[in-house]
Amino acid sequence: MKFQLKIWRQANASVAGKMVDYTIDGVNPDMSFLEMIDVLNEELIRKNDTPVAFDHDCREGICGMCSMYINGRAHGPQKATTTCQLMMRHFTDGETIYVEPFRAKAFPIIKDLVVDRSSFDRIQDVGGFVSVNTGQVKDANNLPVEKEKADMAMDAASCIGCGACVAACKNASAMLFVSAKVSQYALLPQGQPERKIRVQKMVAQMDAEGFGGCTNTGACEAECPKEISISNIARMNREYFSAGLLQD
Amino acid sequence: MSILDSKIPEGPLETKWEDYKSHMKLVNPANKRKLEIIVVGTGLAGGAAAATLAELGYKVKTFCYQDSARRAHSIAAQGGINAAKNYKNDGDSVYRLFYDTIKGGDFRAREANVYRLAEVSANIIDQCVAQGVPFAREYGGLLDNRSFGGAQVSRTFYARGQTGQQLLLGAYSAMKRQVGLGNIEEYNRHEMLEVVKIDGKARGIIARNMVTGELERHFGHAVVLATGGYGNVFFLSTNAMGCNVTAAWKAHKSGAFFGNPCYTQIHPTCIPVSGDYQSKLTLMSESLRNDGRVWVPKSQVDCKKRPQDISEDDRDYYLERKYPSFGNLAPRDIASRAAKEACDDGRGVGESGLAVYLDFSDAIKRLGQATVQARYGNLFDMYHHITGENPYETPMRIYPAVHYTMGGLWVDYNLMTTVPGLYAAGECNFSDHGANRLGASALMQGLADGYYVLPYTIGNYLADEIFTKAIPTDHEEFEAAENKVRERIEKLLAVKGNQTVDDFHKKLGRIMWDYCGMARTAEGLDKAIVMVRELREEFWKDVRVTGQNNEMNPDLEKALRVADFIELGELMILDARNRNESCGGHFRTEFQDEGEAKRNDEKYAYVAAWEHNGVDEQPTMHKEELKYENIKLQTRSYK
Ligand SMILES: Cc1cc2nc3c(=O)[nH]c(=O)nc-3n(C[C@H](O)[C@H](O)[C@H](O)COP(=O)(O)OP(=O)(O)OC[C@H]3O[C@@H](n4cnc5c(N)ncnc54)[C@H](O)[C@@H]3O)c2cc1C
Ligand code: FES
Repeated sequence: MKFQLKIWRQANASVAGKMVDYTIDGVNPDMSFLEMIDVLNEELIRKNDTPVAFDHDCREGICGMCSMYINGRAHGPQKATTTCQLMMRHFTDGETIYVEPFRAKAFPIIKDLVVDRSSFDRIQDVGGFVSVNTGQVKDANNLPVEKEKADMAMDAASCIGCGACVAACKNASAMLFVSAKVSQYALLPQGQPERKIRVQKMVAQMDAEGFGGCTNTGACEAECPKEISISNIARMNREYFSAGLLQD
Repeated sequence: MSILDSKIPEGPLETKWEDYKSHMKLVNPANKRKLEIIVVGTGLAGGAAAATLAELGYKVKTFCYQDSARRAHSIAAQGGINAAKNYKNDGDSVYRLFYDTIKGGDFRAREANVYRLAEVSANIIDQCVAQGVPFAREYGGLLDNRSFGGAQVSRTFYARGQTGQQLLLGAYSAMKRQVGLGNIEEYNRHEMLEVVKIDGKARGIIARNMVTGELERHFGHAVVLATGGYGNVFFLSTNAMGCNVTAAWKAHKSGAFFGNPCYTQIHPTCIPVSGDYQSKLTLMSESLRNDGRVWVPKSQVDCKKRPQDISEDDRDYYLERKYPSFGNLAPRDIASRAAKEACDDGRGVGESGLAVYLDFSDAIKRLGQATVQARYGNLFDMYHHITGENPYETPMRIYPAVHYTMGGLWVDYNLMTTVPGLYAAGECNFSDHGANRLGASALMQGLADGYYVLPYTIGNYLADEIFTKAIPTDHEEFEAAENKVRERIEKLLAVKGNQTVDDFHKKLGRIMWDYCGMARTAEGLDKAIVMVRELREEFWKDVRVTGQNNEMNPDLEKALRVADFIELGELMILDARNRNESCGGHFRTEFQDEGEAKRNDEKYAYVAAWEHNGVDEQPTMHKEELKYENIKLQTRSYK
């Protein structure tokens, strides 16, 4: 297969970037999108050009590191798929493919396709945990958890923190990410003691990081590679309001 | 006296750890605040250690090369974590887990460490549940278990096919809490490139800020390495792209001995290689072998037929045939070799002939598709995504791939390396799995080291350091270490050769896979050692690294890692050549009983701990004799 690639190149945060054209030939349909970029990079290095910088690590769709915006969509055209698991067989031979970084005020560009998502980490710092020290605990089976609740918590906990939800949202809102964490704990007995304070702190930090508000367009759910449900956002809204009500 | 003192406490196996904890030295809370600890790596081992040490009151700095601590490679573990809870009432116990682990490791691990591991395993599950890890549960609300290779009891806890993710996010959440409280300072996108030693003790590291290229100096009263395994020395493995040996290798070059470098685990169930462009291999969790049946055609002529068209009678369920009592759940090394044997015999399937079937049709008939989907849905989806084939309809094709490294930095009972104050935890140490690791026990070991072992043993060391003031980083040893790193980087950038870093990495991988992979011979290893040495020379003459140091430069990062992998490769080959026996993942073709590994306990019941003497010098091997006081050495049989 052969493709025209238009890739965002930007040397660092303080210079302007632009789309640059490349042609790549001999692409095997069984290659992943990142393997195609690997091949391109090898060619660039051989020509003494600078390879394209991009984030990636596990290449199994679980670490959340890869983060490309392909043909106007976070992680590209394939549903429920991260860029690293996106196979070239899903593109049409001869196609022009646009590759950009995730764009959001709270995700500043570092280089080429690499962005800074440390805002996600800082949201977790303020409340994304159960306050329990190592060793202070009782036998695990002394705390039965309804299977249905445990499964729902697991659904929410499957979030890989890649930021596709933010990139897909026209407001660059982080509601899906934050609500997945809030939901996981709200659904489990372990999360109850800090239930109110958690949601309040995490939402406050989310706002402080410069993420936008949610207008219920649902783009986040549609583009989430792990199909995290938008119902988590509804749950978080309920949690947030009841936390506020109960405080006054 | 040997230089190697494993510092195993006296007394009966069952009480060693309790006694240790009761008698170790303590640091009072006021002093803990003055003690700084560097933790390199935020996977299960590092994340758990950092959180726990910070909870205890130490000042902790963490480092990782990813953009967030949550992305450490532990995240990719699928299948589960072992613990001797005996919730199933099927006869499990601390002793049985201990025994299975020692036997699974082909009697090449240290009894005392493994017993401690089995002992603390139950606490891990309690801890993770308390953190809100959503393990799989039964309808009654209690925790569910599954079986894993090498065990006849059901002791594996899991969270769908994403156990590593959930455990790591648990450890990460504990870390996050400590970051919020100001007890942990995080340095993400930082790669450790040197250990700093002052007066013989580890006192800090040099790390490269991967965004700016700046070399930074960091002091610690103690340094913990939890930097994962080195499977990427083979280029293709199931490890994440960034997994590397660099941190451990720098420690090795600074005086930490390297234990059993040749012990590599080749995992039997991975998606086969599809082309030259391939950047990594994808594991299909071993848990699949609970319900999937492994087979190849009985006859070579059937290999190109569609699997549906091969009748039951013409199939060879070779694991069930050869190992009736463990069947498809035979340990990994054995299952991998059996797959290789079938393919060497010309009965491999798929285009390359380097694959065997993993078939779920019986399970789907027996349990229904919904149940199979609930158990393995995400794994099936992953397979479908990658290969474009639907495993509910046609059997998966699998082949062995490099997965885990049992070898690593040699540590004593305290998890301290031969450099005082330098610790190694998780996959980067050599300690618990002998010559072969059982499924679901790496997660157990990482968390055991991080939550339950290091926090105690490090206190025992730091109790004598309370009068050591933080050493300013303008100390000459920091200066020297930083210069060493800078020179190496400048040297790499100056080569300006014609081959890419990946060209070299692939060549190295090829040599390692061909001669130091699933089957090894003296002759092959002798050849390989020459090849790797030549490759090293060629690398430093002809590698092309683009860009500069003072910027984000993934090409340079890779080059630094590959340079270390080449040096490591040489040591692995030497170690494999030295060990004239077969054990676990180390299979020397000359030493076998009709395909089964043939150990030589008389001569090789020891850990080979290698001391570095310079890149062009022969390393010195030190032996830690393995004394089995509680277990009788036996031929490992799964028949
Ligand atoms: C695909 C896959 C599936 C697996 N499934 C299972 C399973 O089901 N059950 C099981 O028990 N085991 C499993 N394993 C094995 C297990 O996941 C690993 O052995 C274990 O997670 C390793 O944890 P760790 O904390 O030692 O290291 P890792 O999780 O690899 O973490 C290493 C850390 O070190 C950091 N680091 C590395 N080098 C540097 C450096 N130079 N400078 C700074 N930081 C550095 C990294 O950033 C990272 O934070 C699996 C492994 C793989 C590959
Ligand atoms: S590289 Fe890990 S999710 Fe894509």
